[in-house]
Amino acid sequence: MADINNLIVYCEYEDGKVADISLELLTKGRTLATQLGVKLEALVIGDKLADIENQLYPYGVDTVYKVEDSRLYPYSSQPHASVVINLFKEIKPQVCLMGASSIGRDLGPRVSSSLHSGLTADCTSLEIGDHTDTKTGTEYHNLLYQIRPAFGGNIVATIVNPECRPQMATVREGVMKKEIFDENYKGTAINLDANKYVSDTDFVVSIIDRHIEKSKINIKNAPIIVAGGYGVGSKENFQMLFQLAETLGAEVGASRAAVDAGFTEHERQIGQTGVTVHPKLYIACGISGQIQHIAGMQDSSIIISINNDPKAPINTIADYVITGDIEEVVPKLIKYYKKNSK
Amino acid sequence: MSLNIVVLAKQVPDTRNVGKDAMKEDGTINRAALPAIFNPEDLNALEQALQLKELNPGSTITILTMGPPRAAEIIREAMYRGADTGIVLTDRAFAGADTLATSYALSVAIRHIGKYDIIIGGRQAIDGDTAQVGPQVAEKLGLPQVTYAEEVAVANGKATIKRRLEHGVETVECPLPLVVTVNGSATPCRPRNARLVQKYKYAVTPSEKAQLSEEMAKLVDARPYLNLYEWSAAEVNADPTQIGLAGSPTKVKGIVNVVFQAKESKTLEGKDDAAIEELIKDLIANHTIG
Repeated sequence: MADINNLIVYCEYEDGKVADISLELLTKGRTLATQLGVKLEALVIGDKLADIENQLYPYGVDTVYKVEDSRLYPYSSQPHASVVINLFKEIKPQVCLMGASSIGRDLGPRVSSSLHSGLTADCTSLEIGDHTDTKTGTEYHNLLYQIRPAFGGNIVATIVNPECRPQMATVREGVMKKEIFDENYKGTAINLDANKYVSDTDFVVSIIDRHIEKSKINIKNAPIIVAGGYGVGSKENFQMLFQLAETLGAEVGASRAAVDAGFTEHERQIGQTGVTVHPKLYIACGISGQIQHIAGMQDSSIIISINNDPKAPINTIADYVITGDIEEVVPKLIKYYKKNSK
Repeated sequence: MSLNIVVLAKQVPDTRNVGKDAMKEDGTINRAALPAIFNPEDLNALEQALQLKELNPGSTITILTMGPPRAAEIIREAMYRGADTGIVLTDRAFAGADTLATSYALSVAIRHIGKYDIIIGGRQAIDGDTAQVGPQVAEKLGLPQVTYAEEVAVANGKATIKRRLEHGVETVECPLPLVVTVNGSATPCRPRNARLVQKYKYAVTPSEKAQLSEEMAKLVDARPYLNLYEWSAAEVNADPTQIGLAGSPTKVKGIVNVVFQAKESKTLEGKDDAAIEELIKDLIANHTIG
C-alpha cells in the first residue's frame, strides 16, 4: 500500500539544479512535516533527473518521487498536471506546496481544479493550527494556515481548507528561508513509470521556441537596495534612484504602484507579488508602504524612508525617516556619500 | 476562418487607488468607497481578441463576466472597443465563491454558450492576484491552457502563442479550442471608438432594461444588438453544491488589520544638510555602505 497523507513539495529544476524556490519550500516543509508528524516528500518531473535526490535529502526529504521522460522537459501544463493529479490520487498528500513561479502558478490551479482541493496563492506565511467551523461547530485539528495579505494589502487573511485534500499553497521565491536540515540525511528515491501517469493526448501543446534568459536584475541578493514608489512621480525622477544606486553599489527596486505607473520594469517589483528581499540597507523613496510591499522588505537590517508625507505607513518600520521631496534629498545623499567615502 | 471568441473579464475594485476611507471602522472593506474598474489584464486579453477578430473576418467576441448586475458596465466598456455582446453571470447563489467555485460557474456558462474556439482572459485580477481562474476553467472544460501570453495568432485551426515567463520567453503551438491567459506586458487595449460608444451606450441587461422608461425599453427591444444577457445559476444548470460559498474548498478563517511592529525611528528634515551628512557618515562608519 502506498504511503499516504504526507506533505509533498513539487520541485522545479533547470540545468540539473533544483530551483531555490523548491529548496525554500522543502525547508519550510520539513518544519511543518515534523509538526504534523508526517513524512516530507518531494516530486520531481522531467528529463535527465540522474541522482537529483542527493540535492534534496539534505533538506530532510524522506521520499523523492522521480518521474522521468524526455517529453516531460521542458515543463508543459497538461503533462505535468496529469502526473501530479494521478500520483496524488495514489499517495493522497495532506499538504502540497508549490512555488508561486511561472510554473507553480500555471500547474497549481489545474491540479486543484481536478482534485477539487483548495489552493491559496502567494502565501507569506504557513503555519499549523486548529479550526472550528462557526456554523457547524465541527472541529478540525492540524490544518495548514495559509496566510497572505489580501485586498490591496489592507488586511492579512488566514485561509484554511477544512475538508478537501491536499491543502495546497504557493509561495513566492525568497519568502521562506533555504536552510540545510542535515547534510547526512538520507531518504528513499522512487522511480515512477511516466507512462502510468501521463497519456499521449496530454501532449497537445508543443513548444516551438524557448529562450531562457537569466535576468540581469538581481535584487533578491543585493546588500543595498534603493527602492522607489509612486511618490517618485515620474520615470525621469526614477533615474535619480539609479544614480544613487550606482553611487552606493546598490540595486534599484520598486513598489507595485511604481511598476503599474510604468516608472520601471516589473522585475524590480518588491513585495508579496514581486520579490522578497533582505538587504542590510533599504532606502525607500516615495513609498507609502502598503502591506504587500512591506511583506517583501520588512527584514531589511536598516530602513531609511524618504517621504514628503510624515505620516506614510512605511515610516513606522523605518529606522530613519527623512521628511522631504525625493528631488531634494536623493541628490544630497549622493553628494554627501561622495564627499565622505574614501 | 471565423472564430467564436469568449473573453473572460472581471469588474474589480481599484485596489491600486485605495483611499483612506477604504476600510470601515470594524476593519471590513468599504467596497462603496472603491471605484469599480475593468480588470487591467482583462483589457490586454480583450485587445488580443480584437486583433484576432480583425484578422479572422466574421469572428464574434462575447464577454463573460461573473458578478453583481452592475458588472454589465464592463461589457459595455468592451463593446465600445469592439466586442459584440456579453453575458453577466449573476445570482446570489454565486456569492462567496473562491477561485474554484468561480471557475466552475464560468465553465458551465461557457458550456451554455456552446460554441467557442478560444477562451481568453487576463492572467489575474488585481483584487486577488491569484492567477487561478484561467487554468481552472481550462481544466473544468477539459481544454489545454496557455498562460502568460503576450501575442496570440490563429491559423489553420491552431493557435501560436508567445509566452512571457519569469526568466525568458517561449513560443508554443496548440490546436483550438483552448484557454489563454494574457499578461499585462501584452499590447495595451485600444481606446473606445466614438462610433461604437454611440451605437452601444444603451446596451442593457434585462434587469437594467426593467429600470428604463417604456419608450426606451421599446427602442431597445427593436435593436437586438442592445440586448445583453444575464444568466442565473439555474439558467446555466449549475450544480448548487459547486457554486458560491458551498462550492469553495477554501475558507477564510480570519482577517486581521495590519499593524506594523513600530520601530523607534529617527526623523530628519530633508532641508537639514548637516543631519543628512551625519547619517551618511554613520552608515559609512558602521560599514552599512562604502
